[in-house]
Amino acid sequence: MTERPVPAETARGSADGGRSGEPDGAGQADPSISRRRFLTGVATFGAAVAASSAVAPALLTAAAPEARAAPQASATPQASATGSAPREPVTKAAHQWCMVIDLRRCDGCQACTMACQQRHELEPQQTWIKVYPMTGASGETYHMPRPCMMCQNPPCLYVCPVSATFRTPDGLVLVDQNTCIGCRMCMAACPYEARYFNWTAPPAGPRLPLPPTPEMPVPQRIGTVGKCVFCADRLPHGELPACVAGCPMGALYIGDLVTDVAVNGTGDVVQLSRFLDTNDAVSFKPELGTHPRVYYIPGHGQDLGESTP
Amino acid sequence: MTADLLRARRSATDAQAVPAHPLPVPIPEVREAALRPFGRPGRAYWVLVGGLAVVVAAALVAWIYQLREGLAVAGYNDQAFWAIYMADVITFIGVSYGGAVVSAILRLTGATWRGPLTRIAEATAVVTVLVGAALIVPHLGRPDRIWELVTRPQMASPIVWDFIAVTTYAATSIAFFVLPLIPDLAIAREQLGARLGPRRGRLYGALVGRWSGTPAQRRVLRSALGILALLVVPLAVSVHSVLGWSFALTSRPWWHESIWPPYFVVAALYSGVALVILVVAAFRRGYHLEHHITERHFVHLAYIMATLGALYLYFTFADFLPDAYVGQPGVETVFQAVLVGRFAVWFWLFVAAAGVIPLALVALPATRHTLGIVVAAGLVVPAMWLKRMLMVTVPGTYERVAGTFGTYHFTWVSVTITLGALAAIPLLLLLLFRIVPILSIDEMEELAALTGEADLRVAPQPLAAGAPTPAPIEGHQL
Ligand code: SF4
Ligand code: SF4
Repeated sequence: MTERPVPAETARGSADGGRSGEPDGAGQADPSISRRRFLTGVATFGAAVAASSAVAPALLTAAAPEARAAPQASATPQASATGSAPREPVTKAAHQWCMVIDLRRCDGCQACTMACQQRHELEPQQTWIKVYPMTGASGETYHMPRPCMMCQNPPCLYVCPVSATFRTPDGLVLVDQNTCIGCRMCMAACPYEARYFNWTAPPAGPRLPLPPTPEMPVPQRIGTVGKCVFCADRLPHGELPACVAGCPMGALYIGDLVTDVAVNGTGDVVQLSRFLDTNDAVSFKPELGTHPRVYYIPGHGQDLGESTP
Repeated sequence: MTADLLRARRSATDAQAVPAHPLPVPIPEVREAALRPFGRPGRAYWVLVGGLAVVVAAALVAWIYQLREGLAVAGYNDQAFWAIYMADVITFIGVSYGGAVVSAILRLTGATWRGPLTRIAEATAVVTVLVGAALIVPHLGRPDRIWELVTRPQMASPIVWDFIAVTTYAATSIAFFVLPLIPDLAIAREQLGARLGPRRGRLYGALVGRWSGTPAQRRVLRSALGILALLVVPLAVSVHSVLGWSFALTSRPWWHESIWPPYFVVAALYSGVALVILVVAAFRRGYHLEHHITERHFVHLAYIMATLGALYLYFTFADFLPDAYVGQPGVETVFQAVLVGRFAVWFWLFVAAAGVIPLALVALPATRHTLGIVVAAGLVVPAMWLKRMLMVTVPGTYERVAGTFGTYHFTWVSVTITLGALAAIPLLLLLLFRIVPILSIDEMEELAALTGEADLRVAPQPLAAGAPTPAPIEGHQL
C-alpha cells in the first residue's frame, strides 16, 4: 500500500514552531505537534512514576487523560485505507519545501551525490544524497536517490535529547552542530539512513569566510551528526539545491507546497500538485507514518512501501 | 469501632516490634573479619591495585586519543553507529542492578542469610553504576556538551529518560550503601580507636554524626532502609526499561520490540547476580572470609541466578518467535543473520555460556558447590556482554534501505577503554574496602541476635560495655 502525496490545494504544510523544536501552539492537528505532546506527556508520566515510586494516585490520574487522548490525535493525519489524502492545517509560512524525484529519469550517475559532497566539503562516505541501486519486486533494477526526506513527522527530531535537531517553519528538518552532543540516537531512529556522523575531523577545504550554520553546515564539526539540508541557505534566494542543479537528467525537482511549483535542474517548471497527481507519486516507507516531504515518481511499477527491505 | 480495631492492631504490632528487633550483640569474630582489609596490606594487594590502576590509566590515555581523533579510532562508521560502548553501558549499569536488588529483596523478604553479603553487594552496585554511567562519556561524540542534558533537555527523547533514570538510581544506590554504614562506622571507630587515622576519622565523624545505636535511632534507620529498599527496586526497573526503550522506540528490526524493556530488566538482574557471586567469591578468598561466607550463601545466590537465567532464556525465545514466525522483511534478514547467519556462532555461544552450561552447573548436585557456581557465574557475565553486543550491533549495522549489513571493527582504543572500565570495578572495590568494613557488622550482629546464632556459626560473646577489645588481627599490622 502506498500513500498518496499531499496535493497542495488541501495541504499547505505544517509549521512546527521555531528552531528549538517547541510546538508553536497554532497548528491544532499537526501530527508532529500532537505526537510531541503525547511523547512529552508519556515522558513526564514515566518520570513521575520513577520519581515517586510509592506511586501517588493523584499523579496517576492527572497524567493519564493526556496520555489516553493523544493517540487519537496522532492518528488523525494517517491516510485511510480508502486512499484519501491526509489533510494538514493551514499555515502562514511562506514556503513548505519538498522534493520530487522522478525515478523514470534517474540513470544512477551520482552527479547529485558529488555536487552535494563538493558543496558541503564532505568525506566520500558521507552521501547526504545517496543513489541506491534497487531491485523491484519483479526483478527489474532501477536507481533511487535518497536525500533526507524532511519528514513532517520526523522520528529523528523526537529522539534528539537536546533539540539539536529542529524543524524550521518552512518544513525543513535541520541539525544545529553547535548543540549536537553526538549521541547518534537520531541515526538509530531515521528509517531512511539519511544521517551521517563526523567520525573524524572534517577534511580541510577551501573555507567560506562564514561560520557554519544549520542551513549551511560547512565545515562539518567533529563528533556531531550531519545530513542533507536541502541547501536551505540557497532556497530563500530562489537558487536550486546543489543536487537539483547538478542532475543532468532533470530527475530531481525542488518544490514548494505553498506556491505549488516545482523546478528541476534542466529547466522544467511544473505545477506541483498536478505533476504528483498525474504521475501517481508515492512516498518511501509510508507505513512508518513519517510523512516524508520527498515524493517519488515510479516508472517501473516500483512499490517503495512495505516490500522495500 | 474501626478506630478500636486500628488501635488494637497497632498495639499488637508494637508488641511484636520488640522481639522482632532485639538489640544486636557484639560478635568479635565478625568485627575482626569485617575490618581485616583495614590492616597493612601485603604485597599481593599492591601488585593487584597497581596492575588494575595501569589498565585504568591506559583506558584514560585511549579515551584522550579518541577525543582528539574522533570516534573513528574506536571502530565506528556510519553503518555501525552504536556498538561496543553501548553494549558496555548496558552491561555495567546492568550488573549494578544485581547488587542493589539482591540486597534490597533480601532485606525486604527478611532473608536472614543475607548478613555477610549485603555490604559487598551494595558496594558492587554503587561501583558498577558509576563505571557504567562514566562509559556514556566515551560513547558520545561531544562529551564536552553533556551538560546540555541538564540545561536543555528534550523530554520526549529516551536519552533524557536514560539520563534521569540513571542519575536517580545512582543517587539512591549510593544512599542505600551509605545508610547501613552508619552503625558499622561507629563500631569501626570504637574498635580501631587511634589507629583509624585522621582522614578516616574525619569521614567517619561526618557520616556517623550522633549515632549511638539507641532503639529509637535504630527504628529510624530501619524504616529509612526499608523505604530505600522499596525505592531501589522500581528505580532499577525504570533504568533498564528506558535503556530498552532507547532501542525499542526506533523502527529498526529487532530493536522495535515491546518485550525489550522487561527483557533488559531480566538481563540486568541475571548478569548482576552473577557478578555478585564473582565479587563475593573473590573477596571471600582474598580476605579469608570463608568462616562467614559459606558454600550455603553461594548455593542460595546460585538458585536466584539460575531462576533468572531460565527466565532470560524464556524471554529470548519469546523475543524471537513472533517475528521469526511472521518473517517481515528486514526483521527476517536480521534474525537470519543472528540465528543461522554470520552472527550465529556468537549467538549460540551465548546460549551455551549464559544458558545451558550455567543452568546445568547449578542444577546438577555434583557441580552445585562453590567452585561450580563461580564457574557458572564467570561464564554468565561475559556471555551477557556478548549478547548485548549482538543486540546492539546486529540491528545497528543493518542498512534499512539497501538491506545490507555494515561492519563494526574492534580497535585497540575501544577494547582498552572497555578493559579499563572492567578493571575499575575491582580497583574501586579494593580501595573502598580500605575505608568501609567489608561485612555489615551491625546487620550481622542484629541478625545473629534475631536468629539465635542459627545462621552464624559464632558463639555470642557480649563485650563488657566501655571496654572494647579489638581482636588481634592475624598477619596484619594495623
Ligand atoms: S546525535 Fe546530535 S542531532 Fe542526533 S539525536 Fe544526538 S544530539 Fe540530537
Ligand atoms: S529522513 Fe531521517 S533524517 Fe530526514 S527528517 Fe526523516 S527521519 Fe529525520
